[in-house]
Amino acid sequence: MLTKRIIPCLDIIKRRVTKGVKFQNNIDLGDPIELAVRYSDGGCDELVVYDITASAEHRPIDIGMVRDVAAAIRIPFAVGGGISSLDDMSRVLLAGAEKISVNSLAVKNPSIIAEGAKAFGAQCIVLGMDPVAHPDPSRFPSGYEITTRGFRERTGIDAVEWAKRAEELGAGEIVVNSVDADGTRAGFELTITRLVAEAVRVPVVASGGAGCPAHLRDAFNVAHADAAIIAGMIHTGEYTIERIKRDLYADGVPVRLTW
Amino acid sequence: MIAIVDYRAGNLTSVQLALRALHAHAEITSDPSVIRSAERVIFPGVGAAGSAMRNLEALGLVDVLKEVVREGKPFLGICLGTQILLEFSEEDGGTATLGLLPGRIPKFQPTDRWDKVPQIGWNQVSIVRPHPLLAGIADGSEFYFVHSYYPAPSDADVVIGRTTYAGVTFASMVGRGNLAATQFHPEKSGRIGLRLLKNFLIWEPHAIIPVGDEERVRQPC
Repeated sequence: MLTKRIIPCLDIIKRRVTKGVKFQNNIDLGDPIELAVRYSDGGCDELVVYDITASAEHRPIDIGMVRDVAAAIRIPFAVGGGISSLDDMSRVLLAGAEKISVNSLAVKNPSIIAEGAKAFGAQCIVLGMDPVAHPDPSRFPSGYEITTRGFRERTGIDAVEWAKRAEELGAGEIVVNSVDADGTRAGFELTITRLVAEAVRVPVVASGGAGCPAHLRDAFNVAHADAAIIAGMIHTGEYTIERIKRDLYADGVPVRLTW
Repeated sequence: MIAIVDYRAGNLTSVQLALRALHAHAEITSDPSVIRSAERVIFPGVGAAGSAMRNLEALGLVDVLKEVVREGKPFLGICLGTQILLEFSEEDGGTATLGLLPGRIPKFQPTDRWDKVPQIGWNQVSIVRPHPLLAGIADGSEFYFVHSYYPAPSDADVVIGRTTYAGVTFASMVGRGNLAATQFHPEKSGRIGLRLLKNFLIWEPHAIIPVGDEERVRQPC
């Protein structure tokens, strides 16, 4: 049986892993390579590495870091942040990453999804989206609007419409990172995650708000997510990946238990 | 030297990094003479069967691959590389492939709404028969998969491992003689995948599986 994937997220600023709430008040958590190895050895199924200040600083992604992560771990990982062209995608993949995550760039230039999927295969292209709840259904039928640039900008685009469009363009996977839940550790935003999962046929990844194993269980069982991104709950040491997986297994969720 | 065959079908970096982690000397190459002189050959690949076959033909590699397999060189197919070893792929409107193993490559046809295509993630491999490449690897171990099509060999004797997804139990590892091939990605499958690659590096295709290793092929906890 295909298992549900648990994916720690490493937010990087100046080659250090950081954690903030809604992209603010970031604190230093350590060296990205050390954390990547610790989580990989600890049983995570995949990793995602975001160079979160690359776009704002108008610089390309730190390719040396991508190379170091690739050399250190033997599981798949995705890379996001600071990717603005097919060339950038190619460099990240050749450095050893499995997938590229595009977010703000894809909103600004949707054809990058199609070009990336054609050049490297749809399985390489992950669409990251940051939806925020919006109360006006006449403007946003799903009830959620897409934001970009680390939640700073609203786009006027409906979240479910965007997910369908991205799938048509060739996105191989969609990460639903709720603005409202991000950093709260109060649980994933199940409503929008489920709406997206019901609207597309590609794998959907729940992101933002994980605080305990039951939150992941709900993302899988209630929202039909295929994978879940976690950060704070393991960065603080409160949970290990093994503990999360044992709890999920006890709840009947298929997870990988030996590594 | 291990030749990693480059036929413009996806990214070979992770295969090379995994071999580097095992301290093996590997070269990514499209050069027939390098492939012929290699001690072992790895034939990876991600992408579509049609363009992959066209690339192999354009690079003059079709006969080289058949030759090194026939000659008895240890040969490992991975993902698309594995699919191309069979006779026919349903991909790209139907593509004749190398025919080094009997059978074809159909596409997943899920009936359950929540079975996605491609299959992406970790799934279990049930060991159908012991194989030197699986020495020290427990029955039911999970490996990392990314694929929409799967091997359907017409001869049950070539099936080494099986995996269930989207309503079918398919051959996730196949092989015969000096030829072994996985639908999953050992280079992305953590410590267990690395063990499979390590087994490949010391594989003498006519040798039998060492006593003792078979005992370690145990049930997962």
